[in-house]
Amino acid sequence: MSTQPTEKLAVEMRGITKAWPGVVANDHVDLSVRAGEVHALVGENGAGKSTLMNILYGLVRANSGEIIVNGTPARINGPRDAISLGIGMVHQHFMLIPVFTVGENIMLGREPVAGPGLYDYGRARKEIADLTKRYGLDLDPDARTGDLPVGLQQRAEIVKVLYRGANILILDEPTGVLTPQETDELFVVLRGLVKEGKTIVFITHKLREVLAISDRITVMRRGKVVGHLTTKDTNEQEIATLMVGREVLLRVDKKPANPGAVTFRVENLTANSDRGVQALRGISFDLHKGEILGIAGVEGNGQSELVEVLAGTRRPTGGKVLLGDNDVTTADAREEREAGVGHIPEDRRGVGLVLNYSIADNLILGRERSALFSWRHLLLRLDAIRAWARRLVKEFDIRTPSIETQARALSGGNQQKIIVAREMASNPKVLLAAQPTRGVDIGAIEFIHRRLVAERDEGAAILLVSAELDEIRSLSDRIAVMYEGRIVSFEPADAPEERLGLLMTGGGGSGERTGAA
Amino acid sequence: MSFLTDIGHVLLTADLWRAALEAAVLLLLPALGGVISERSGVVNIAMEGMMLTGAFFAVVADLAWQNPWLGALIGILAGGLMALIHAVVSIRFRADQIVSGIAINIFAAGLTLFLVQRIYGLQDVGHVGQSSLLPYINIPLVDQIPFLGRVLFQQNVVVYAAIILLVLVQIVLFRTRLGLRIRAVGEHPQAADTAGINVYAIRYGAVITSGLLSGLAGAFLAIGISNTFVPNMTDGRGYIALAAMIFGKWRPLGAFVACLIFGLGQAIYDANSVIHVSQYLLSMLPYILTLVVLAGVVGRSIPPAADGLPYAPENE
Repeated sequence: MSTQPTEKLAVEMRGITKAWPGVVANDHVDLSVRAGEVHALVGENGAGKSTLMNILYGLVRANSGEIIVNGTPARINGPRDAISLGIGMVHQHFMLIPVFTVGENIMLGREPVAGPGLYDYGRARKEIADLTKRYGLDLDPDARTGDLPVGLQQRAEIVKVLYRGANILILDEPTGVLTPQETDELFVVLRGLVKEGKTIVFITHKLREVLAISDRITVMRRGKVVGHLTTKDTNEQEIATLMVGREVLLRVDKKPANPGAVTFRVENLTANSDRGVQALRGISFDLHKGEILGIAGVEGNGQSELVEVLAGTRRPTGGKVLLGDNDVTTADAREEREAGVGHIPEDRRGVGLVLNYSIADNLILGRERSALFSWRHLLLRLDAIRAWARRLVKEFDIRTPSIETQARALSGGNQQKIIVAREMASNPKVLLAAQPTRGVDIGAIEFIHRRLVAERDEGAAILLVSAELDEIRSLSDRIAVMYEGRIVSFEPADAPEERLGLLMTGGGGSGERTGAA
Repeated sequence: MSFLTDIGHVLLTADLWRAALEAAVLLLLPALGGVISERSGVVNIAMEGMMLTGAFFAVVADLAWQNPWLGALIGILAGGLMALIHAVVSIRFRADQIVSGIAINIFAAGLTLFLVQRIYGLQDVGHVGQSSLLPYINIPLVDQIPFLGRVLFQQNVVVYAAIILLVLVQIVLFRTRLGLRIRAVGEHPQAADTAGINVYAIRYGAVITSGLLSGLAGAFLAIGISNTFVPNMTDGRGYIALAAMIFGKWRPLGAFVACLIFGLGQAIYDANSVIHVSQYLLSMLPYILTLVVLAGVVGRSIPPAADGLPYAPENE
């Protein structure tokens, strides 16, 4: 990958331990990163990767252990210290101020001054332009940050780190929010940085990326380092096994689909986005009983709006949606649910769960009126709810201390399992699954994938929307590619990745094929 | 509709506009304080209490030393001290900033009343002599300009100071490094922290500044416009300043425009002997205008993103 990583170490962390009440996030962790390499730090959510890097960047103080930067023992008591040591961090949740311009964000904390305290925006702009030119990063410093797509915001973060003179860049889950194209662009940028002599620590749990970009790998599990690997001598299976602590099934094991009659028919559907722009420009498809139809596409091409319209949380401006013989075009969320449409929303924490509610309460959300859980719509049947929750927690392997625990306290994977359990347990005729495994660890991904296939085999019609092309390709029986609010093509499940990628970006394909397959 | 012609006549007098500017400045100082505090992410509804405390201590000091400058300084510091309480409670202890603000307002009303009785017994607080008041200064030459001279250049020293402060705060917030950092802290404290900015220091500084400015307003009211302390003499001006801040979209110049509108309303209200409109109707004006603004009629007024949210670093 890189030019000759030397034996010289850029960062060495020895015996790092950090405990919070009740959790040991890092337990005697050792990490050594060579100068000029891309070092992948991998592990499931909650393995302690971010904590370790927050310690290196001074955001979190370790209880014990030592840090050596470029051969010299370092005391890092805050980001200021880390920055002065040439360490920069691109956070998982961007540290950008949406209402500031890109340039203001980049110079913040290191503003050039002209006169008494006045900042010199012109000079900062020039320095930024120099940097972006040198590293081939196209970026407009005068754009309002919040208006930029995620990929460009991340680029602003990278430039911000470079502007502070960082030689060691920590990237925390940088691809979690990116489209495949943006990920490719990021990798080009990273390679360019390494060529310029930068050292990169790359936190991720996506194995393909690890293999694609890194030189060496450190694997963490439950706060401990469980393996140091060299990328060219390892493979996905070995890393996955180390991460999870057992053999994992990376491929989805499924029988060919056995599609039945049309369950769900969408005809020429149109809808607007929140900003009032037309987001759906005539979507039509049939969804059959017992099949998984995957919607592939770069995020922001109408997938979110499509799912929202079908789930009853967004009003269409035209078209028709039929569930069997039932017209559910204008049904609201409750009516959709009662008609038999299950919905795993893409925004797990904001839409899918009430984070302050208990797991038991979350498991009956939307079904609290049913006779099973309520007495004449007035009183909740608490015993029935508890029994139900206990059953689902067991069946869906939700790892929680109790059913009364707040949903907020669980990991992303377990939160997602609550939603999956709730939506599947009502035996929906149609299941809308939007980004069902986003930000979820490998173990939970495997579980959710198996459940989706099982649901299909029991006769549900499943619409799967995912930004992960791998997920679409391994789960779907048919693939519809969305681009700019239209379905540009229906493809078989084994369509080559390159073809899908091309269709997703508006290329290739057979033009405006919007009809059903 | 004769009251409209009455208002029309009054609007043509320089004295009305002069009074309007004076009333506006009384609102502007705490409004500027509010802008600074909230731009840094600390909601401040305690300007009322800080002003009242400032007014009281300015009078106490002025009566003791017969020196309006010393009086004003003590008033300013008293306002700053009340702000420090709000800062500690809401920054250090991360308490609800609205609750803290209300508590300070009630506390200030009680404290000043209690001290009035302790220090001055049941009599009046006493009156500050004419020579010990914050002076009105006529600026030579320009004060002779017809109409404008009377309105702009025959004002109290605090009015001139407030206009300078207005320009200063506008420049500091939007042109200086400090201002960029204050706004960053108010929008996204984590981002500011990771950029190496001391979030707590900025917030403490901003909140205390809001108290100093409110204290100055209190001093102006008590030993500039008036010459004594009367319990609860601020009479809701701190709240109207809050409304002006929101009306002005958390911008100094915007807040000033709002203060002028409210000040004009106040001046018309004070000239009520000439006009025959219910004084109660007029006194409602600032609040009605604020509601109109909050409802988004004149374009939305969006507070800083982290306004009111305590900041806790990850380590704790």
